[in-house]
Amino acid sequence: MQDLGIRVLFMGNNFIRLLGGLWITVKISLISVGLSIVFGLLLGMIMTLKNPIVKCLTKIYLEFIRIMPQLVLLFLVYFGATKSFGLQLSGEVSAVIVFTMWGTAEMGDLVRGALISIPKHQYESGAALGLESRQIYRYIIVPQTLRRLLPLAINLATRMVKTTSLIVLIGVVEVLKVAQQIIEANRYTVPDSALWIYGCVFFLYFIVCWPVSRLAVRMEKKWEN
Amino acid sequence: MGVFYGRIEKLDTGFMAEYFPLYVEAAKLTFRLGMTGILFSLVIGVVCSLAGYYHVPVLRQIAVVYVELSRNTPLLVQLFFLYFGLPKIGVMLSSEGCAVIGLSFLGGSYMAEALRSGLEAVEKGQMESALAIGLNRFQVMRYVIFPQALATSVPPLCANVIFLIKETSVFSVVALADLMYVAKDLIGLYYQTDEALLMLVISYLVLLLPISVAAGLIERRLRYAGFGD
Amino acid sequence: MEGQEKLLEIHHLHKDYGNGAVLKDVSLDIHKGEVLVLIGPSGCGKSTFLRCMNGLEQIQSGEIRLDGEVITDPKTKWSEVRQKIGMVFQSYELFPHMTVINNILLGPLKVQKKEKKEAEKEAEQLLERVGLLDKKDAYPRQLSGGQKQRVAIVRALIMKPEILLFDEVTAALDPEMVREVLDVMLELAKEGSTMVIVTHEMQFARAVADRIVFLDGGEVVEMAAPEQFFTQPETERAKRFLDTLSFE
Repeated sequence: MQDLGIRVLFMGNNFIRLLGGLWITVKISLISVGLSIVFGLLLGMIMTLKNPIVKCLTKIYLEFIRIMPQLVLLFLVYFGATKSFGLQLSGEVSAVIVFTMWGTAEMGDLVRGALISIPKHQYESGAALGLESRQIYRYIIVPQTLRRLLPLAINLATRMVKTTSLIVLIGVVEVLKVAQQIIEANRYTVPDSALWIYGCVFFLYFIVCWPVSRLAVRMEKKWEN
Repeated sequence: MGVFYGRIEKLDTGFMAEYFPLYVEAAKLTFRLGMTGILFSLVIGVVCSLAGYYHVPVLRQIAVVYVELSRNTPLLVQLFFLYFGLPKIGVMLSSEGCAVIGLSFLGGSYMAEALRSGLEAVEKGQMESALAIGLNRFQVMRYVIFPQALATSVPPLCANVIFLIKETSVFSVVALADLMYVAKDLIGLYYQTDEALLMLVISYLVLLLPISVAAGLIERRLRYAGFGD
Repeated sequence: MEGQEKLLEIHHLHKDYGNGAVLKDVSLDIHKGEVLVLIGPSGCGKSTFLRCMNGLEQIQSGEIRLDGEVITDPKTKWSEVRQKIGMVFQSYELFPHMTVINNILLGPLKVQKKEKKEAEKEAEQLLERVGLLDKKDAYPRQLSGGQKQRVAIVRALIMKPEILLFDEVTAALDPEMVREVLDVMLELAKEGSTMVIVTHEMQFARAVADRIVFLDGGEVVEMAAPEQFFTQPETERAKRFLDTLSFE
């Protein structure tokens, strides 16, 4: 039987459908990562402010988002928002909202960390060379911040892709849902297809995440002083 | 703000009191399975990190492949494979078995990475000076290397514990009546969305806040009081 | 020295890291109660030589005997041998997570399985001798370099080794702390301890040594009593080495 199970992958357009499902996941993560970077940069800069109220609010936001499982956040937005605002949010939109909120929190913290890790004398030695403040940022501060930030941000992206797998639980038709449909459709002809299809999904995720996390590791190694 | 205030007013406290015990049971289940998984994760983490540290042939390569597989795939997909895939080749696992195996498979690599970074941070000379007073290799690890590595590894290990308990939130897919399952059930059956979600959030806060606070305290103690500073 | 008991015998030792020999056919006997000082230019193999003596480095060929027994056999139980051969390192290598007293007691308690009370008493006596009894419960991080190195010496001494190896133990110290460590070593020498010392402190070498061994390029180039070596070196290489020092 086992040699038969794998053929279900190549029947009709099954494999293409799985890839299509994966694309939904990747698409949602990419949009969320993009938005998280923009909002995260803002949040990170806000978090370096000394204002106690700002500090307190951002801290509460950060801690709440971090301590709640992402699935709980998805439920809060998907089920909660529908009821309270009468908005019928789709699973995809809920997912983008939640992952952007989460990503912004994580990214904001990374940006804050990178910003405060630049020693003060970097600004001073820049000034001592006669650079203007705009040039100091352009040539000294921003490149150093980016070096610290980029590997961490890339890591965040792989975490985002993995976490996006959760959206199947709020009804989005993504790779796991497509897998279920394929298995269901071939229930009688290929009874052991679940092993192969879910195995395939497992490796699809791996193929997407692995190169990206290798990239992060390599960047980190390259840029560590 | 008004929207929220109005909703707090309208909360059905009777409903909440009635179904509160379901959450308690679910939280207990989550906690029990989570802790079991974390324990196995630690064991796997120790084995993998030591295999790397001592350059144990074969085992080391297996550990590298395992860590990459585990870290680059979601727990949800791992659970689908275990629960729905494996029975097709005759490997039948109970729901709890799947949950614990899945969580350990995921957590082992995270623990391994945390411990590896700790082991790498211990200075090379420590091993030699411990050998030089006649300790055997096991004693060197037990009394000299491991305690130092652990001190460095505690912050990431704590972070992993919190991360893994959060990850248990997908256990409902292997038919376990965990917190998400209870909440979804109540929403589906009674449309008491606000109450169900509020209790869900509170349950996770009760479960995770103490661990998070404790982790913060341990970390601070290590940083400020470590080894006579 | 003749007629005295041979403690450590090294025959035709050859050590190679794979990119050329570090030690070439080195032979040497160390007698009981003798203080041997190894000197030579950096990279001449003297530290490696020392580390071969207690098995921290693997050798490719040759033989080392301790009390007449071969210890360079694959079957050697190094944990037993190393109790008889103590070693003190350049970078102290105290265990940072343990207090001074626990650093010292680790060997006696875990390796020699001694009574805690008895071992503690010995440790305190030794600490007293090096003037550090009041630091007993301090952590290494709270000590100065010289204090750390004295603790490291005590940690080696408490195992009652037959021979002590010192690997450039003052090289990492601030100049004002060198003396306190050298004084401890001088005293040990006076008491008749057997020691092999690698050092760059030439005055100290001259004062403490019974015999100077000059290594260069992985070979023993010259072996002589200190007065002889420092005033009338026989070989051209030793002369050149001593000359470079006098210009420093």
